[in-house]
Amino acid sequence: MSEQPLFKVTIDNITIEVPAGTTILNAARKIGGEVAPPAMCYYSKLEGSGGKCRTCLVEVSKGSEKDPRPMPKLVASCRTTVMDGMEVKNITSEKVIDARNGVVEFLLINHPLDCPICDQAGECHLQDLSYNHGKEGTRYEFQRRTFKKHDIGPYIQLHMTRCILCYRCVFTADQLTKKREHGVLDRGDHAEIATFIEKSLDNDFIGNVIDVCPVGALTDKTFRFKNRVWFLKPMDAHRDCPTCSGKVTLWNRGDEVFRVTARKDEWGEVEDWICNTCRFEKKKTSDWIIEGPRMIDRHSVISQGHYAGNIGTHKPTETFEAINDGRQPKLLMDIHNISEVNKPEITLSLLDRPAHSTDFTK
Amino acid sequence: MTNDNIMQALTNRSKAVDRAPMTFMERLYIPSILKGMAITFSHIFKKQPTIQYPEQKREFSPVFRGLHVLNRDEEGRERCTACGLCAVACPAEAITMEAAERLPGEENKYREEKYAAKYEINMLRCIFCGLCEEACPKDAIYLSETFAPANFARKGFIYGKEDLLIPDPVTDAAGFEKAQGGRVRNKN
Repeated sequence: MSEQPLFKVTIDNITIEVPAGTTILNAARKIGGEVAPPAMCYYSKLEGSGGKCRTCLVEVSKGSEKDPRPMPKLVASCRTTVMDGMEVKNITSEKVIDARNGVVEFLLINHPLDCPICDQAGECHLQDLSYNHGKEGTRYEFQRRTFKKHDIGPYIQLHMTRCILCYRCVFTADQLTKKREHGVLDRGDHAEIATFIEKSLDNDFIGNVIDVCPVGALTDKTFRFKNRVWFLKPMDAHRDCPTCSGKVTLWNRGDEVFRVTARKDEWGEVEDWICNTCRFEKKKTSDWIIEGPRMIDRHSVISQGHYAGNIGTHKPTETFEAINDGRQPKLLMDIHNISEVNKPEITLSLLDRPAHSTDFTK
Repeated sequence: MTNDNIMQALTNRSKAVDRAPMTFMERLYIPSILKGMAITFSHIFKKQPTIQYPEQKREFSPVFRGLHVLNRDEEGRERCTACGLCAVACPAEAITMEAAERLPGEENKYREEKYAAKYEINMLRCIFCGLCEEACPKDAIYLSETFAPANFARKGFIYGKEDLLIPDPVTDAAGFEKAQGGRVRNKN
């Protein structure tokens, strides 16, 4: 690797040296922050991903030291490698911002406005992107495309209407599993993610398609409608798993584990793939060794109600009993006697399907 | 320390206390009493600023924020989808909910495939700021023109979904009309 020449590239007036063959997107990610273009389809851990969504478009104002002509069109930074002396404009270019707004409008043409129902809301990349670049209204006057409902097994819920066809899940299913049964059928406007002939996906690592999905097209069926992500507390935890690394993020509410996901880095990419057993079947705190609260970007809605450090992760020690010879405090009102919510005898997190009206009539 | 001992007058209307001995007229007292009584009795003929409250009621301001209601659509289906935006907007953390998936056959009860199976507002915590109403993307929660009724017990202030939902237009059309306050919004 050491003999690989280093290329000097300037992105938004910040110069960095990267090895030849690095893409503009990865060079920008090395600088970090706002300079890194958003990416809906590129996933550094998946071979062949990228080049589909066009949100990472950048302007190349100087091709290289040898050929300083600018590139005639905006280029997809996830697929364009850097040249020595290249100058790239991302957020400093009006053309890029304008093009990105247009791309977001295109992505939202067929995307339903069901964020209040969608389980991805709060951690959805398309939601973030639309907040940064989107328009308030839509100019689209036609019916949004709809699909026949497709059941792809007991663990994963597919909402084809929400899909933006980034192909990330297809690459995941292809590269993590040996048998290919998940792919894109049909073309153009009719293209849809599906399994062939209603096959259910049962590979050990197939749950990772939930994590790679930038929108709410693939969601966890065992978590479906259980809670909103911003009411849950993400905690780093691990367990001794024979199939995967066992390093996960638990999404807790109190002591209940509502959801298990892989740990995601600052670009929203999975750090370690986790297996289905860890993801779907270990929904008890006793299954896990908890390391501590996960760092969440303070601009994210998930960080609401969370405090810095370990505050709120441990239950406070009640001193009343100790200093009053073991007497319990006399409560004027126990909320569980009156409240219908969070009943101690109803544990929704342990259901392996969404809650129904029948679950509340115990 | 910078202040002088002499207090600065706040207004120019201050008057030094008059410690002169009373005159004969003042010592009679009767004229002063009559003067006072004249002022008192003159109020009988003036317009009353108060009203007889429980019998008479004043009109609410159009921006009045009172007790919450959970809205239904014209077919009587609950609008709330338990998206949690009211709860996250609530500065007093008064709102809690539990969501559930609509079963086949419940389409006439709930508008969307997800709904609030349990919805609860703790009126002891609520500060009636109206942020939940503002946050709601589904037109589901409104603050009505009603006061939260007084109660001797705290448990009377925990409002469940049955307490908050407006009457069903299918079974009680007049009640639904009244609950909408004559300001029906035909938004879908």
